This record gives sequence, C-alpha cells and structure tokens, in this order.
Amino acid sequence: MKKIIKSIGAFAFGAVIFATSSMGVMAAERSYTYNYDYWGDVQDSPDAYTVTNVYTASSFGMDVNFKNPQGLFVKGNMLYICDTGNNRIVQLERTGTETFTVARIFDSIKGDTDVTALAGPTDIAVSEEGDIFISDNGNARIVKVDSDLNYLMQFNLPVDSNVSADSIFQPSKIVIDTAGRVYCIATSINQGLCKYEADGTFSGFVGATPVTFDFIDFVWKKLATQEQRQRMTSFVPTAYDNIYIDHEGFIYACAGGQDEDALDTGAADAIRKLNLMGNDILVENGEYPVYGDLYWGEGGGYEGPSYFTDVTVFENDIYVCLDKNRGRLFGYDDQGKTVFCFGGNGNMDGYFRQPAAIEHMGHDLFVLDALDCSITLFTPTEFGELVYSAIEEFDEGNYVVSGESWNKVMEMDGNYDLAYIGIGRSLLRQKQYKDAMEYFELKYDRENYSKAYKQYRKVWVEDHIVILVIVILAIFLIPMGIGKIRRVKYEIDTADIFENRMTGRSL
Amino acid sequence: MIAALKKKETYQEYIRSLKFALYCTTHPLDGFWDLTHERRGTYAAANTILFLTLLIRVMKLRYTSFIFLTVYWEGINIFLYVASVAFPLAMFVIGNWGLTTLFDGKGRLGQVYMASCYALTPYPLVQFPLMVFSNFVTVDEQEFYMVISALSLLWAALLMIAAMGQIHEFGAGKNMLFMVASLFAMMVIVFILLLFFGMIAQGVAYFISLAKEVMFRL
Repeated sequence: MKKIIKSIGAFAFGAVIFATSSMGVMAAERSYTYNYDYWGDVQDSPDAYTVTNVYTASSFGMDVNFKNPQGLFVKGNMLYICDTGNNRIVQLERTGTETFTVARIFDSIKGDTDVTALAGPTDIAVSEEGDIFISDNGNARIVKVDSDLNYLMQFNLPVDSNVSADSIFQPSKIVIDTAGRVYCIATSINQGLCKYEADGTFSGFVGATPVTFDFIDFVWKKLATQEQRQRMTSFVPTAYDNIYIDHEGFIYACAGGQDEDALDTGAADAIRKLNLMGNDILVENGEYPVYGDLYWGEGGGYEGPSYFTDVTVFENDIYVCLDKNRGRLFGYDDQGKTVFCFGGNGNMDGYFRQPAAIEHMGHDLFVLDALDCSITLFTPTEFGELVYSAIEEFDEGNYVVSGESWNKVMEMDGNYDLAYIGIGRSLLRQKQYKDAMEYFELKYDRENYSKAYKQYRKVWVEDHIVILVIVILAIFLIPMGIGKIRRVKYEIDTADIFENRMTGRSL
Repeated sequence: MIAALKKKETYQEYIRSLKFALYCTTHPLDGFWDLTHERRGTYAAANTILFLTLLIRVMKLRYTSFIFLTVYWEGINIFLYVASVAFPLAMFVIGNWGLTTLFDGKGRLGQVYMASCYALTPYPLVQFPLMVFSNFVTVDEQEFYMVISALSLLWAALLMIAAMGQIHEFGAGKNMLFMVASLFAMMVIVFILLLFFGMIAQGVAYFISLAKEVMFRL
C-alpha cells in the first residue's frame, strides 16, 4: 500500500514538473528580431540591430523638448529634425558613434519674403550644393533657402485643373533629386507626387497609385441610389505617406493604410519604387509581397496589416520600412526578400509609441518617435554587419568573400534563408554547381537551383558525351540486332531444305 | 484460397489481367467491355493498380524535384494523404453503384470498383517516369512536366467515364448524366457522414458531461 502511494506521489511530482516545464516552453517569448522563412513561418533570428541610444531634446542640451516631430533627414554626418510642434528645425552634427552636438536650431528664415517664421515644418531636404528645402506646411509652401537660410524661392500650390485654386496647399513630405527638382506629397492631393522643376514651376503629377476597382463594386454602384453612392467609399488612389529618394535617384514611396485584400492579391503596393516616368519598378521576387508582417492577429490591441509610414534606402539597396501600426522595422533586399524584422510598440528602448520617420547614416538607423519625442539610434550588430558585408561584397563581385560572410551568418542563424541562398549564389559564381544546388534546394530557391542545375547538366553531358553516344547507339542497335538475328533464325527454321529434318524431328 | 496461390495458373492469370490494364488505357471502350463481360480483369490486378497509384502518389512527395512539388513536411500526414485519393474513390464507387443500380446499371459494386481501379492506370504509368524526369529539368522546362502531368489526369478521367459507360451498358448521354450524378451522390455521402459524426460527437459529449457531473457529486 505504501509503495502504491509512493509511486503515485512520484508520478504526480513528475507530472507537475512536466506540466510546468512544458508551460515554460509554451510561454517562451519570440526573439526581438525575427524573419519569415520560405513557408512564411516566423523564425527567431539574432538581432540585426541593437539600440545604441535613445535621444530626447535634453540629451542634446536643448531646453525645449521636441513636440510632435515629423521629419528626419540625413546629409553627410548632419541630422536634421523637423520639430513640427515647435515650428523649428534642429540640425545636429554627429561627432562620434553616440555623440551629437547641436549645429544650429532655427525657426525662421532670412531674406526677401513676407513670411520668415516657419510654421509646422514637416519635412526637410538638403541638396548637394547645400541648399535647404523645407516643407513649410503651415505657410502653405515649400521654401528653398541657401545654407545660411537666405530665402531663394518657394514652391506653391500646383496650378492644375485637378486642383482647386482656392484650396490650401499642405505639403507634408518632400524629396529633391540631383537636378534640383522637387517631389512633394501634399495632403488632400491624391493624383500622385507633385513634381516641380528647379525653377519652381509645377510640371505635373507622377506615380499615382492605380485605383483598385472590381466588377462587384461596379455592380453595387449601378444598383445604389444617389445618396448611397455618395456614402460609399469613392474610388480614389491611396495617398502616399512618405517618400525617399535613393542614391540612384529612384523614389521610394510608401503608402500605408492599404486594404488587406488588396495587399494580399497584389492589387495594392505598400512600397513603390518610382522611376522617372512614375512607374513602379520595385522588384518583388520574394516568396511574399513587401508589406511587412504576413499575419496580423488582433493581439495587443493592434489590428490590420503593417502601416508603412516611412522608408529609407541604404547604398546597398536594402530598404528599411517603418511600420507605425506595430512599431516595427522591416528590411528588404533589392530582390524584395526579407532581411530582418524587429521592433514593437512599448516604452522600452527599441520599442516605439508612434514612430514617424526613419533615416540612415551609413548602416546606422535613426527612428523618430512623434509621441515619445525621441530619436532611437540603432547600430548593426555583428550579425547585421555580416549580412551587409556579404551582400555588398557580392554586389562588388567578390563572390568568395561574400560566400565566407554568408557562411558566418549561417553559423549564427541556421534558419536564415538568405544565408543559404547567398552561399549558393557564391558557389554558383565559383562554378561549384553541385554544391550550389544543394544550398538552393535547402531553401527552395527554384530559379537559382535551375541556373546551377543547367550548368551542372551541361558540364555533365560534356564530360560523358562518349558514354552517352554509346548508350544511345546501344539502345537503337541492340534491338535492331536482335530483330535481325531473329529474322535470320526464322528464315533458317522455315527454310525448305531443313523442312524434312524439322518435320522428322517433330515426328 | 491458399491452394490457389500455389498454382502457376493463378499467377499467369494475374499477370495477364494486369497487362490487360494497358490494353484498357489505349482501347477503353473495347477494353472495359471485355473487363467484366469477358472476365478479363481480376480484383488482384485492380488492387495492385490502386496500390501503385497510392504508392506513387506518396513517393512523389519525396522524389519529385522541389521545383514542381515543394512539400511542407511538418504538415504532411501520410494517412490523410493516402486517404485524399482512396476516400473519394471509395465514395465515387459507392455513390455510382448506389445510383446506377436503381437505373438499369448492369455493373455490380465489385465491378464498378474494379473498373475504377483499372481506369487509374495512367496515373502510375505516367507519373512514375515523370517523377524521375522532374529531377532532370529546370524551371524553364517545367511546362513539359505540367502538361504531361495534366494529361495523365485527363486521361484517367476519360478512362473513368468510358469504364462506367461500358460496365453499366449505358449510352454516352446517360453515362455522362450519371457521372455528374455520382459527383452529387459523393457530396450527399460527405454530408451524411459529417452529420453522422457530428451527432455521434454530440452524443458522446453528452454522456461524458453526464458522467463528469455524477463524479463531481459523488
């Protein structure tokens, strides 16, 4: 009896331990950085970026705290912050990895203009020559000043039949290209980006998002009454949220707030890369479209797809999108494959309350939080730097070095699809087709596998051409020979001269 | 039964009936008529063809090039995978027999099963070489695979239609009508099964909760 009680006790104890330990496993938190694999499963990943510091105005020795800052711009080692709520612009100079000094703070411009005080500047851009373009939202203009803030010119409401002349111009985000042209997103103008020539004339809209419209909508519209029709959502293009011009002069535009179904079917693009014609040339060769999180549960009070509010593009063509819905950063490579995803909403370092803008300096990332009034500086970890160096070395043609870097990446994260494909591509360039095929097959890269296999097959055929010819000849000749022999045998068997003997034997 | 296995004729008959499946694939009308009326087919051969079909289907998972068939191994249940062919086939056989037997169909249940299995012949016949072939092609050449694979299914479907017509001695129009009706019969079977298992689950749950209640009060 005692034994039975003892064993029951032991069993219960074991069960408790088992239950708690399995609960521990269940409750395991996902890592800060993650990635989507081929199947779209979330794979934990080593951090690609770590928070180096979180800066507020007081960290720079400023008395007045930021108030609803909206814009961020990097030129060289200068960081410009549009402190929208305080009608001023703060220019910081980066003097070390973590140290910044205030270069200047200005809330007005000088020179020959009626209005010199800035009113709610939302964005800023600096040209190669040092001219500063400010999206002076409250004064309904984009103003161009020289490096000493002397007024040069301004860009006003577009003169176009689609824009009512008495509407108020509200430029929100601007970029400038190398020729001094200005592209601007203006609130309540949804025909695309307003494009101004360097001399200030409005020269048209570029890159309007295509209107999504399907047959069912059409039928509903036909059936609806006038009042119902007015209350329906009108089919207008989604306005862009932010723009960024990369080092090649392509404009990356992000339009958050897209319809879930439209994103899924590919009818809507959260990120577009516009060429001069305003056409979307973003490469999306990844398994999944570029729209941030693949799954949007309703956990934590956030719902719906990722809302890209800003984007920045590195010199290696990796672009990082900022999701203001869940406070996450999504890095994509030039093929549209996920490089990293990290972040979240919260008060800790590396989490955001209302991220508004993102910029990069070298490989470092700045994220501006409009509600927290802070700037988070992210610097790449060893893992992140390895990924970048692998990609950059490959682009420069150093395939062996790139392969070595990818190998190190793979050692740090065995679930990182890009590493396998990177190693494969490196091997492919080194003509090690068989090995390359193995790596591609592991991560289901059909295109590259086929490229490697095509070469492998070609080499194999060239090496074995003699055997191949012999086998093919054998396939044709042996049956022919057998047929011939049979025929001869048949002739002999049925020949007249042997008939007597044959019949004699059979008898 | 055991005694029959020892006879050489049994095996000759088996091989002959298996070879007859090949004749059926190219001469469906003639072949399927002879299958039952001339007793050219055997259940052993029919079972073999079905087994081969299921086997090839499972083998394809592993041995087809990932270019054509990318398998999420975590999500594969081999029994469910086999059932995805076997179960619809069983439903089709039962549904078809159930209907045609009411409308002058001459085929018996076993014959419907045998003919259905014989009609599956193109699947193992084509898919096995295709599975091997898939490992020697690139994405640029994938159309070959796709087209041949689709043709094998189409071929099997046409054979199935021809087989049913010959087994039941139906004309073309009536045959097509009953093929479509068989699909509806399959749906009815699924519906009834769902209903049945749903009710059973509810019934079981009722008694379990009753038992729990009793145990709490004791």
